[in-house]
Amino acid sequence: MTAPTTEQAVPAASAPTQFTMAAALNSALRDAMESDDRVVVYGEDVGPLGGVFRVTDGLQERFGDDRIWDSPLAESGIIGTAVGMAMYGMRPVVEMQFDAFSYPAFEQMVSHVAKMRNRTKGRMSLPMVVRIPCAGAIGGVEHHSDSSEAYWTATPGLTVVMPSNPADAYSMLREAIDSDDPVVFMEPKSRYWSKAPLTLPVTTAPMDRAVVVREGTDVTLMGYGPTVRTALEAADAAAAEGLSIEVVDLRSLSPFDDETVGASVRKTSRAAVIHEAAQFGGYGAEVAARVTERNFHHLAAPVLRITGFDIPYPSPKLEEHHLPTPDRVLAALDTWEWDV
Amino acid sequence: MLSGPRSRSFTLDRDGPPALSEWRKMGYMSLNVEHQSTRTLPSEKPIRLLDNAGHAVHGAATGGFELPGGDVLLDLYRKMVIARRFDVQVTALTRQGRLATYPSAYGQEACEIGGIAAIEARDWFFPTYRDSIALLTRGIEPGDILQSFRGDWHNGYDQYAHRCASQATPLATQALHAVGLAHAARLRHDPIVTMTYLGDGATSEGDAHEAFNFAAVWQTPTIFLVQNNQFAISVPLSRQTRAATLADKAVGYGMPGFHVDGNDVAAMYAVTRAAVERGRAGGGPTLIEGLTYRIEAHTNSDDPTRYRTARDVEHWKRRDPIERLEKYLVSEGALSEQIRAEITDAAEAVAAHTRDVMTTEAELDPLELFDHVYSRPRPALLEQRARLEAELADAAAAHGARSAGAAR
Repeated sequence: MTAPTTEQAVPAASAPTQFTMAAALNSALRDAMESDDRVVVYGEDVGPLGGVFRVTDGLQERFGDDRIWDSPLAESGIIGTAVGMAMYGMRPVVEMQFDAFSYPAFEQMVSHVAKMRNRTKGRMSLPMVVRIPCAGAIGGVEHHSDSSEAYWTATPGLTVVMPSNPADAYSMLREAIDSDDPVVFMEPKSRYWSKAPLTLPVTTAPMDRAVVVREGTDVTLMGYGPTVRTALEAADAAAAEGLSIEVVDLRSLSPFDDETVGASVRKTSRAAVIHEAAQFGGYGAEVAARVTERNFHHLAAPVLRITGFDIPYPSPKLEEHHLPTPDRVLAALDTWEWDV
Repeated sequence: MLSGPRSRSFTLDRDGPPALSEWRKMGYMSLNVEHQSTRTLPSEKPIRLLDNAGHAVHGAATGGFELPGGDVLLDLYRKMVIARRFDVQVTALTRQGRLATYPSAYGQEACEIGGIAAIEARDWFFPTYRDSIALLTRGIEPGDILQSFRGDWHNGYDQYAHRCASQATPLATQALHAVGLAHAARLRHDPIVTMTYLGDGATSEGDAHEAFNFAAVWQTPTIFLVQNNQFAISVPLSRQTRAATLADKAVGYGMPGFHVDGNDVAAMYAVTRAAVERGRAGGGPTLIEGLTYRIEAHTNSDDPTRYRTARDVEHWKRRDPIERLEKYLVSEGALSEQIRAEITDAAEAVAAHTRDVMTTEAELDPLELFDHVYSRPRPALLEQRARLEAELADAAAAHGARSAGAAR
């Protein structure tokens, strides 16, 4: 990696600057494009507009439209052509404009992106990143708030990550772009405008590891993306009542960091996982199953899932009832027998 | 412009449009180059350079294309004969149970060979499951081509060594890869073209539409060669499209389209070769439809008597692409008994080699199942690998005990 090129960071190398997650992602793209000319960016409205969430703001002006350009409006075409570009040694970073708009690309993702390396016995890797703005709580109309992570994590061959804060957003996107394997990079829309003081470039924990973001002794509460904040707020509220919650930001959904999670669960004996997606067959089912399989004799209670309901994502005025809140989390923890 | 050379509105400019870097200097947005409008429909009558009796065709029916030279035609003949012998051999081996399945291209040799012979070693090819004979012609070992159909691994040849992607099973998906690779090459100023084969059924897929459109918008040097063999497994073309020809679709994307006699290898080669040169010169993509017929079943597990008549098959057998070129070469005195014998020997040698490699069972290592999924090993996958390794050791030990018991 070359010297920092982030304009915000240069004059204030010693004094961190406030970065939103969107700005951190923008800086990560810019620095990756600066340091490696194989990195190209394309998708819908990523050019002059800078993306509907402005994550690619200013990049076309800086790098020209041979490095970042607006493609025709077709998601399978975006992913399929990225496969061909990666075959030729490029490192395409493509954007699916909204989570639910990625579904036309499902076949390319599952039948080729995930399988190419295995099919060719490792001769042909696909170093590509598929950025997917995901999840809800933005007042979006239908098809703008889905949480589709379980579709991707159920597909061997894909690496699936989701940052929850600006520092991870920068560091994990850089690592995803450097990876020789295809990465589904999910960006929680409701956290795009969350801020944190940063000095870029920043390197956080490796992309495939979970991180304990708040230590505790009584409960391991797991979240990822938008629900890390939910978990932290629940932990704050519980602390006032004398309950010590350890919060784990999973970060990497595939692979799952059994080591970090297992160590926490064996310490606390109780575990719960929070996500916005529906419960049935959701990612939490895998978390609960493998935490139980590997730590059953350390557990004092069943692993809980606090999730969205098993319904299609609601309309904007009703979404608050669907999304897991700190209150719903604490109510769930109350269902455990605590005297055992 | 409605009769004859309608398609000649796309004359090949030898100098071609400026290179990408030149566009940039001129201040153009290189990814949205201005290009010639392409609104002329392809001829409804297929372009033909040799008729079914093996006579050279003249006039409007040629679409303005010239019959390739004698050396080229003899080479195409040789390649087709070898390809058919291979195809017949593999079908026989499949009936003997040596392969899990084999989609034959018997009868489609003019499309398969005319297309692949028109690209160069530096170019990239994106085949489907039916295009094994094109891969053979590309120089790939029979045993490597057939690894997937034997069931050893999903792909058996080196993509980079041959500049051939793996044979795609999901229809039209590979066409987008061809467009993406061509675009990447163009961004790097590498003067290569990409070619993909599609079937008539595949043109109904969304990915075919997206590939045609991306290629045209990005002006990638990509050749879409549609082998219209008139059936998608059992479903006839009339259930796929209302278009008069599949080549007509090109007009809607703003690219040249050519409707070609797909049993005339001279025409298939000439039209594809012109598309390669146009693409390499910066002229963008081309859609070529070759009208042909699949003589064999879809695969060995198919029963074509349920959807087509023997009379139909006989009709097309009388339009055999190899016999057509043979008649021409004989009439020109270009196919001596010596050359014919030499080609037959070469074809038999390929068949014998194919029998040899396919009757030798490959040693498969089940543990390799875990080794190529990711570039970095995952702990959970290593655990599963160890589990299978233990199962294999247990099975080997049990087998050893049984063998020892039997020996006693």
